[in-house]
Amino acid sequence: MAETLPMAGATANTNLAGLTKNDYRGNPTTLCQGCGHNSISNQIVTALYEMNTVPEAVMKFSGIGCSSKSPTYFLNRTFGFNSLHGRMPSIATGALFADAHMKGIGVSGDGDSASIGMGQFKHVMRRNVNMVYIVENNGVYGLTKGQFSATAEKGLQLKKQGENPYMPVDICMEALVSNATFVARSFAGNPKQVKELLKAALAHDGIAVLDIISPCVTFNNQENAFHSYAWGKDHEEPLHEISYIAPRNEIILEREMEEGEIREVAMHDGSTVILKNLEKGYDPKDRYEALRVMEEAQRNNWLVTGLLYINTTKPTLTNIYNLVDTPLNRLTEADLRPERSMIDEVNALMF
Amino acid sequence: MNRKVNDFSITVGTKNGSGSSTANNTILRSIFKMGIPVSGKNLFPSNIQGLPTWYTIRVNKDGFIARHEANDIVIAMNPDSFARDLVSVSPGGAFFYADDIRQPITRADITIHPMPIKTIVRNDPNVPTDFRDLVGNMVYVGILAQMIGIDMEKILAALTFHFKGKQKPVDMNFNALKAGAEWAKDNLEKKDPFHLESMDKTDGLIMADGNTAAAIGSIFGGVQFAGWYPITPASSLAESLNDFLPVLRKREDGKHTYAVVQAEDELAALGMAIGAGWAGLRSMTSTSGPGLSLMTEFAGLAYYAEVPVVIWDVQRIGPSTGLPTRTSQGDLTFTHFIGHGDSHSVILLPGDVGECFDFGWQSFDIAERAQTPVFVLSDLDMGMNQWMSKPFQYPETPMDRGKILTEQDLEGLKGNWARYLDKDGDGIPYRTLPGNKHPMSAYFTRGTGHDENARYTEESDVYIRNMERLKVKYYNAANYMPKPVTHPLKGAKVGILAYGSTENAILEAQHQLDIDHGIQADFMRVRAIPFTDEVTKFIENYDQVFVVEMNRDGQMHQILLTEYPQFAMKFKSVAYHDGLPAAAKWVREGILAKYTRTEGEKQKKASAAKTAVKAKAAKPSKKAAVKSSTKAKKPVTKSRTSAKAKKK
Repeated sequence: MAETLPMAGATANTNLAGLTKNDYRGNPTTLCQGCGHNSISNQIVTALYEMNTVPEAVMKFSGIGCSSKSPTYFLNRTFGFNSLHGRMPSIATGALFADAHMKGIGVSGDGDSASIGMGQFKHVMRRNVNMVYIVENNGVYGLTKGQFSATAEKGLQLKKQGENPYMPVDICMEALVSNATFVARSFAGNPKQVKELLKAALAHDGIAVLDIISPCVTFNNQENAFHSYAWGKDHEEPLHEISYIAPRNEIILEREMEEGEIREVAMHDGSTVILKNLEKGYDPKDRYEALRVMEEAQRNNWLVTGLLYINTTKPTLTNIYNLVDTPLNRLTEADLRPERSMIDEVNALMF
Repeated sequence: MNRKVNDFSITVGTKNGSGSSTANNTILRSIFKMGIPVSGKNLFPSNIQGLPTWYTIRVNKDGFIARHEANDIVIAMNPDSFARDLVSVSPGGAFFYADDIRQPITRADITIHPMPIKTIVRNDPNVPTDFRDLVGNMVYVGILAQMIGIDMEKILAALTFHFKGKQKPVDMNFNALKAGAEWAKDNLEKKDPFHLESMDKTDGLIMADGNTAAAIGSIFGGVQFAGWYPITPASSLAESLNDFLPVLRKREDGKHTYAVVQAEDELAALGMAIGAGWAGLRSMTSTSGPGLSLMTEFAGLAYYAEVPVVIWDVQRIGPSTGLPTRTSQGDLTFTHFIGHGDSHSVILLPGDVGECFDFGWQSFDIAERAQTPVFVLSDLDMGMNQWMSKPFQYPETPMDRGKILTEQDLEGLKGNWARYLDKDGDGIPYRTLPGNKHPMSAYFTRGTGHDENARYTEESDVYIRNMERLKVKYYNAANYMPKPVTHPLKGAKVGILAYGSTENAILEAQHQLDIDHGIQADFMRVRAIPFTDEVTKFIENYDQVFVVEMNRDGQMHQILLTEYPQFAMKFKSVAYHDGLPAAAKWVREGILAKYTRTEGEKQKKASAAKTAVKAKAAKPSKKAAVKSSTKAKKPVTKSRTSAKAKKK
């Protein structure tokens, strides 16, 4: 049975860090009304609030695209870097060396991570950079108005693109084979699960990938629908085209899913996604099992959600480098410039 | 025959991968330790094993140690280059070759010495079979040493240095070398004029390559993060960081104050470095032209987002893959304007190994002060070859970390600050660093349009204000960029303007132009862009300014035309690029080809020509010899008498 529900509001209290939820918020969103990305931003706010993490202990990063705009919409008190298309991982990698006590939150999209940024995506996994890597995955390029992304399913029809002839990239499988130490998948319309997985990801030391299916209300839709972008475009004056936003409600599950449950969810474009929660008793420490589940999901056209894999034994990137306890960006000249006598030693090493 | 003492060139032709570098470095280092000015240049192909490769050594008592285009002594070890090596010997020169190469020898104007290298090695019971080929290279060193007079003690010092004091390889190589020397003593007759005699002109100097110097300089500059990706000729810079950081920044607790990460590609290398620079680390990367191409997008981001980072570009010949192992100064305009839209890069132009060290640390000060990427343009010749240098000098100025606001600063400001506000009127705003715990410290960095508070905006007036401020910031950087180095010449009426590793060639050409052609030129080596006031004043002084550089299109010339349109008619481009290190010949000939004589000079020249016809084989005039002793500042020598003048 399919369901479509509006999003619930949030309450404001003080957490153990003495902060209100407001202290975790960002600027008002400029994404489309009903965009799943906004729901994810809200869950980031809630998760950090509930975990009593001060915003100053986090750095946020993104690449380019609708999803990569979203760090503006949470954690105003956190340093952020909206970098280049697909290049967020390298920026985060370098920045997190400056203070190994801080956590990174990277927000990317499927266009950002699965195409132009596929290389950096995979290398940030194998390096086990201490960050939560969220892919807000909608199968389509939003900012450039509706092209297929690399995660779009084969056979998907888009108005200007026709039919997608290629097999999709699966973010979670790519993360798994790249030796990511935490891999999870969720659905933006399942805020409770998103929040819980975010908390687990934030608590994980190392790279935590969260592939969150977040339907695009504007472009990945049915072209002849009354409220579709295509219809609007055909019926609006060009002057209004840029500001035209399809009024949509965010897709939210009515009821939390049970372990092992399979449920169909209607998308804005009229298609249906089959969500399947991981079984009770599933062992997320077994990478082989995770890959098997992913393969099974692919064959059945399921969207398996939950924590697919976790490995808590591998050192993070900054651990490997055996850094001093003081954050590197707090070191002074006395720590960094060798003693005067060392210059003679160096010169003696030359011929 | 006239003796030519401490003034000749040696070229060794071998096969890539034949292990000759130890042998060639031994020749170079032992001559250096004899106190004789010397340089060595490895002219190698992009190949692991088998293609022809050359090592060329210039010995010059007067300190002119640019690559010499003529080969006085050639040692031919490679059948594949034998014929061209033979042709390359200067008339009156000497040709040594491995006697197992059986090819026709057609020269009667040079001394020919076959060398039974294989026999000598085979007869040496101390050489294991596996090492015969490698040690065979030492035999030619021994033969050469015997024939030109390389001091055996200095050779031993060079080998001991090379093998880091390990006795076994030192002995094995030295024995083979001695066997070669013994054989030469017993079997060869000295017919060529080339001799070495000990001097004191390298006292107090060291020998190093630019990449090592750059790495060590960066360490003294407090480098904390380096992201890099392997590329010739830049790799040894990052590898040297790995070698020296654990030595120079060793701590009692065994922890590290730095990280060097080999990235997956150049994009990630610079991305990581920018991330680290943004977050407050002294951060760098090193690459060469093709890598820089890949880094372009990030360079534009760092420029506009105002992130300090140092980018070493050890230039090789382009475009595209170009000649991967050949030197060039071809990345100048590319670097100057790197990034799409309007951008201007701060560029440092080291000219020798000592400056690679100095700019290693100074580049961080400039990057952090200006909050912008700083490009340091070295080249293959400077980066990978061994150069004589003054010892590295300890940085005498404290680190300049630029305008960084701490928690206390923000408290004082009551949190009232704006990331991109030009508070001081110098175009440089204040920044805060991640980890700053003040609730008002954070800002959001982006490559898209932003206002003074780092907020996204596409407002035209804000964009213009921001871009104009960046320009102010850029030109203000001239106030703290390294000033040019000048080599003036008495009575100079024209100027030579150049940069980078061409200095030795230009100093020699400057001398030749003076002595042989009566053209006195002042020489200025520019060390930074934006140009400092000294550059402007220099150009103002002359009607002709020859802009000398190693690229096809005269890239510095192009930039000068843009920056100094009022002087456009003065500039004369002398650009040349063949992938080989600069030689005096092309500088001299390039300038002569474009030199415009004044009416007075033309008349003088005509009357001089008449005099010359009358006294054809006249000896050099006293006047010319006196003139030469008042010459320009020398790089390493105490005095530079004119061999050319004497010859005349």
